[in-house]
Amino acid sequence: MKKDIILAGVGGQGILSIAATIGMAAIKKGWHMKQAEVHGMSQRGGDVQSNLRLSDQEVASDLIPKGQVDIILSVEPMESLRYVPMLSPTGWLITNTKPFINIPNYPEMDAIIAEIEKVPHHVLLDADQVAKDMGSPRSANIVMLGAASPYLGLTADELEGAITAIFQRKGQEIVDQNIAAFRKGRELAEAQA
Amino acid sequence: MQKLMLLGDEAIAQAGIDAGMSGIYAYPGTPSTEITEYVMHSKEARAKGVHAAWGANEKTAMEAALGMSYAGKRSMVCMKHVGLNVAADAFVNAAITGANGGLVVVVADDPSMHSSQNEQDSRFFGKFAMIPILEPANQQEAYDMVFEGFEISERHNIPVMLRITTRLAHSRSGVQPKPAKEQNAIRIPSDPRQFILLPANARRNYKKLLQNQVVFEELSDNSTFNFYKPGPDHSMGIIACGISYNYLLENYPDRKVPYPIVKVGQYPAPHNLIDQLYQECEKILILEEGYPILEESLRGFLYTGKTIHGRLDGTLPRDGELNPALVAKSLGMAVPAEVPMPSVVVPRPPSLCKGCPHIYSYNALNEALSVYAKGRVFSDIGCYTLGALDPFTAINTCVDMGASITMAKGAADAGFVPAVAVIGDSTFTHSGMTGLLDAINDKSPITVIILDNATTAMTGGQDSSGTGKIEDICQALGVDPDHIHILNPLQKHHEENMRIMKQEIEYQGVSVIIPRRECIQTLAKKKKDEKKQAEAGALN
Repeated sequence: MKKDIILAGVGGQGILSIAATIGMAAIKKGWHMKQAEVHGMSQRGGDVQSNLRLSDQEVASDLIPKGQVDIILSVEPMESLRYVPMLSPTGWLITNTKPFINIPNYPEMDAIIAEIEKVPHHVLLDADQVAKDMGSPRSANIVMLGAASPYLGLTADELEGAITAIFQRKGQEIVDQNIAAFRKGRELAEAQA
Repeated sequence: MQKLMLLGDEAIAQAGIDAGMSGIYAYPGTPSTEITEYVMHSKEARAKGVHAAWGANEKTAMEAALGMSYAGKRSMVCMKHVGLNVAADAFVNAAITGANGGLVVVVADDPSMHSSQNEQDSRFFGKFAMIPILEPANQQEAYDMVFEGFEISERHNIPVMLRITTRLAHSRSGVQPKPAKEQNAIRIPSDPRQFILLPANARRNYKKLLQNQVVFEELSDNSTFNFYKPGPDHSMGIIACGISYNYLLENYPDRKVPYPIVKVGQYPAPHNLIDQLYQECEKILILEEGYPILEESLRGFLYTGKTIHGRLDGTLPRDGELNPALVAKSLGMAVPAEVPMPSVVVPRPPSLCKGCPHIYSYNALNEALSVYAKGRVFSDIGCYTLGALDPFTAINTCVDMGASITMAKGAADAGFVPAVAVIGDSTFTHSGMTGLLDAINDKSPITVIILDNATTAMTGGQDSSGTGKIEDICQALGVDPDHIHILNPLQKHHEENMRIMKQEIEYQGVSVIIPRRECIQTLAKKKKDEKKQAEAGALN
């Protein structure tokens, strides 16, 4: 059992909170984990990614070998495509469709979506809209975690346990909002499968 | 004890706390910053009274750590690779004085230059200073090596270098901690001459350092961080240094590498193990994250021995960090065909944050300089280096910490006037003040713009040594107070800011302009923390 995940986004979008949640669930299950992050200059609005490796065996490399990525989980559509060269032929691309536009030459949305649809296994979701509709606009990342959850090798219960543990200190209301966001994301992804 | 999930940097910090370190000193620099930050935020470290402080630069940090070692306590100093250039005087001479309390020098290299201006390999510096070097392959080794580093340092009275690279510094994994040790009591060196490097003493100390080389080699020969792993296929032997060992294993899913391996984690490189490998195998492949240091020495100048594959013969690229695919290729394995990135994807370079004060400083500067020919702005290292990119293209140089002021001075001395220096507040106190003094003493006609956002922003907002003192420092160095201006870099002050810049750029002497507004990132964080505290207060 192994899952190699690339979390993608733009510096400041908070992909590391998703990584922390998945990581916590994996550790609790007794899996091994390595998670390489990007710190430094790129965090100022540049493209950022995290290599998250989960396995029931000891993990050797901190970096995922090319062509072995099982899941690209992106909180930004163009950024999801940046890591397609790393994706396994059987891998999943799961992305938020809400663009983060901080460059003058951001491509046409239609072209991005068309390119994503070329990847055989993909899930597209406007997580920002979903989160807003639920009255918790800051839960968009957890909506995306929910959307990826059927493919992570972890059960919904295990992931919800990690969400609860991570958000606990912010109060029960925040926990409930995030659990609801997670379930909604999962439901919408399953409907696309 | 339960395993901790730690970045490589954090593992080093936690190990320092557990190994009885009494103090940690550093100047922030990616990828080393998180080590000192972790200690600063650790309740455990606070309870134990571990001193954690940012120095004005890496040299002051290195010297403070050496002073703590002199007093008999364990100390750590952390920096990025180019920071070691700044600390080099203290670092190299600390090898001559030797240590008293354990002294571990952590240097984080940045191959592939993710956040740096070069990819120099600090193992060269360690070898140059002739001290033991430890190079972990994973987070657990990073933790364990801090303990061992302090032990070696105290047993042999020598500073020890712990060298990591970006990938390990910023990757998280499980670490098994050890039982904590007590801190040392204060105890000055038994030899009163040890730290007095008068030539007579220095010659004696240096001889001792030379004699100790044999001891350090023996330590490496017997180190648990160096080992020989047999393999049935002797057509090739592999030497894997530090993190490259992981990339090697990654290519064998059952972890059974057919070739014999020497894994190197402690230097001087283990002579006994490498000799055994060399004798047993037809040729050697060397995997090093960084410069081909071991490869060069194994080849020798005339390269008359067995075939050595590595970065020098093109088996691996000469530059950049390694990864599993590059190592697979070097092993002659098939790698998946190159899949191109979809052409719709465009680069997304980092940029100044929305509302960043530097934006308004650069807009004013660009307009103030519009009447002159281009190429007049000497800049420095920090967030404001992003002013080199669109839409500003406002700066023309970025070399090393503090070089903006001194390069502007040199150009102005050559008659290239006006010459403008743009430097951040933290970089100014790091290495800019001395250059400003040179300019004042030499009456060089330069305009120095000190972008004061009251923090070390690029590395995540660490305290800046000169906060609240910048104009006083400039005045004390001798800048005419009439030519020191403090501006508020906001759009509504654009005309006024531009006018003052223009006026001072025309002035034929040293002038200093300080656009001052707090970094929006640290300001937002402060507000968030205040809100959190207010909420906590309301609950109580």
